[in-house]
Amino acid sequence: MTRELTLSKAVNEAIAEEMRRDPTVFVIGEDVAEAGTPFKVLAGLVDEFGTERVIDTPISEPGFTGLAVGAAMTGSRPIVDLMFGDFLFLVMDQLCNQAAKIHYMSGGTMTVPMVLRTNLGATRRSAAQHSQSLHALVAHIPGLKVAMPSSAYEAKGLLKTAIRDDNPVVIFEDKLMYQDKAPVPEEEYLIPFGQANVLREGRDITLVATSSMVQVCSKAAETLAAEGISAEVIDPRTIVPLDEATIVASVRKTSRALVVDEGHQSYGVTAEIAARIAERAFYHLDAPVGRIGAMDVPVPFSPALEDLTVPTPDAVADRARALCKGGWADAA
Amino acid sequence: MARATAKTNTEDYIRMYTQMVRIRAFEDNANQLYLAAKMPGLTHMYSGQEAVAVGICEALEDDDRITSTHRGHGHCVAKGAEFKQMFCELLGKAEGYCRGKGGSMHIADTSHGNLGANAIVGGSMGIATGAALSAKLQKTGRIAVCFFGDGATAQGLWYEVMNMAALWKLPVIYACENNGYSEYTRTDEIAAGSITARAEAFGIESFEVDGQDVLAVNELARGLVERCRKGEGPFFVNLATYRYHGHHVGDINRDYYRSKDEESEWKQHRDPITNFGKWLEAQNIASAEELVGINDAVRREAEAAVAHAEAAAYPDVSEVDMHVHAGIPHALSA
Repeated sequence: MTRELTLSKAVNEAIAEEMRRDPTVFVIGEDVAEAGTPFKVLAGLVDEFGTERVIDTPISEPGFTGLAVGAAMTGSRPIVDLMFGDFLFLVMDQLCNQAAKIHYMSGGTMTVPMVLRTNLGATRRSAAQHSQSLHALVAHIPGLKVAMPSSAYEAKGLLKTAIRDDNPVVIFEDKLMYQDKAPVPEEEYLIPFGQANVLREGRDITLVATSSMVQVCSKAAETLAAEGISAEVIDPRTIVPLDEATIVASVRKTSRALVVDEGHQSYGVTAEIAARIAERAFYHLDAPVGRIGAMDVPVPFSPALEDLTVPTPDAVADRARALCKGGWADAA
Repeated sequence: MARATAKTNTEDYIRMYTQMVRIRAFEDNANQLYLAAKMPGLTHMYSGQEAVAVGICEALEDDDRITSTHRGHGHCVAKGAEFKQMFCELLGKAEGYCRGKGGSMHIADTSHGNLGANAIVGGSMGIATGAALSAKLQKTGRIAVCFFGDGATAQGLWYEVMNMAALWKLPVIYACENNGYSEYTRTDEIAAGSITARAEAFGIESFEVDGQDVLAVNELARGLVERCRKGEGPFFVNLATYRYHGHHVGDINRDYYRSKDEESEWKQHRDPITNFGKWLEAQNIASAEELVGINDAVRREAEAAVAHAEAAAYPDVSEVDMHVHAGIPHALSA
């Protein structure tokens, strides 16, 4: 049986199911208990599991992330709730110097099975410190896994896999999608890491899209289809590990690629995936690999400016059209 | 200085003495390995602070957890580690506790509850507090001891985790090895107010003890460990101690921040091993000959372990991408 669930409810269900299954799982973060987070994603969990397992913390991101690392090293499976992705900068030492490296530094004798849930996404009029998409930063650090769900279905399946993984996993939810509904099976399911999802098959161009950009690229693909351009849309689901094989095979088939991601364009996910395509599908390409990321500016507050900074379906369609019909240099 | 009241038996005293001698011997050999350019990288000597690690770890059970620091060999030995695997780790050999991947600054011995040294000053304060949270949630009865230096009390993380530990009554003991120096700077030049008062501000019961007196440290620790297990923690202990070497083994010319007179004063009058040895003799617990026998046996053990480590194999090159992710044998071969 399948029903429609919001992304928010899908996350809530994933956590509840895993907490019922495994008594070592607990949630820790700011306003996670009675408040259920500002986005109400965790609403009701405290009623079932109590304040011992849904733990409200002081506003001390490095502190509670550090506690989670230590708890994960000693038999617990903490889920850290980091209220905004922007707060990653506060927890970098605990996440990147400690959690990411402990398994390696200890020669495999210790593991850190923790999940850090946070979010990304601009256009919520939240300005520069509550709107960033910082997944590329953590994807840069060996030892972390990075999941990027693009729908309610994806969010539930990836989060359940993350909770059962023996490594630190950072999972980014698109905060603008919390109320978006998608079909979610009632039966239990998990989505394995490192296996991309081909949402739409096509012949002319491959659109590789992460998280919030999957919807954007799907809309662009519709527009392009009406014009006779057949776009394949691929959601990598996890950027670490990355299903390079599926992406490369697709580009070898379509001969064109456009990578779309909401992180800043410079030194980001679009650069990494574009480079891998160039390395492994170069002789199959009929056009340079294109990419669109978020504009390399701090996210502005004014709606008139903010909307300019993120990739849109029209921008994706324009660039894809140019790549397919020539004149790509002018479209850049 | 009044000695702590004797409550433990002879065997415990001899073990505490032996463990302190083992730490000193380990460090003397590690220093020689560095000076002889046989050890890659650098290391930080624990010599002088032995009574802190031994006094506290002797109060712990084997499965209690500790977190250690960049100056961590003493904690590792005191919690039960073997010389061979430790020297192998310092030399980057495959037989090391971390297969040579951690080295001096990340040595961990999970078989005895040592969650590892940490090369970020104050970096393990969250980990120790999290281990205590785990113990409380899972009702294991274990406690955690967080070792750190006075320099680390300047890190904000400590105040965040103390707040949570106090709110949730976590079974953790914050042990500040106060050797007076934050790397190359006197701590009293960079620390406002009182360090102990900072812990007390969170409602954490706090203690100050002579960190050169292993019996005093051990007696205090035993009491706090027992109370921690009963849910009366957390606690803070400020242990006055001294590091005999510089910040690290290469910090040789240090007159600009510390006088030789000060160093010799501590070494001649406040050495934790010498003073405890004298006490053991005065109490007729051990003769001078017996203590010399212990020293000699430890020296031979250390020399044999060094020889073993020098001859041991480096990890195979195939190990370079192992242990990046648990459950993935080689991260880069996909």
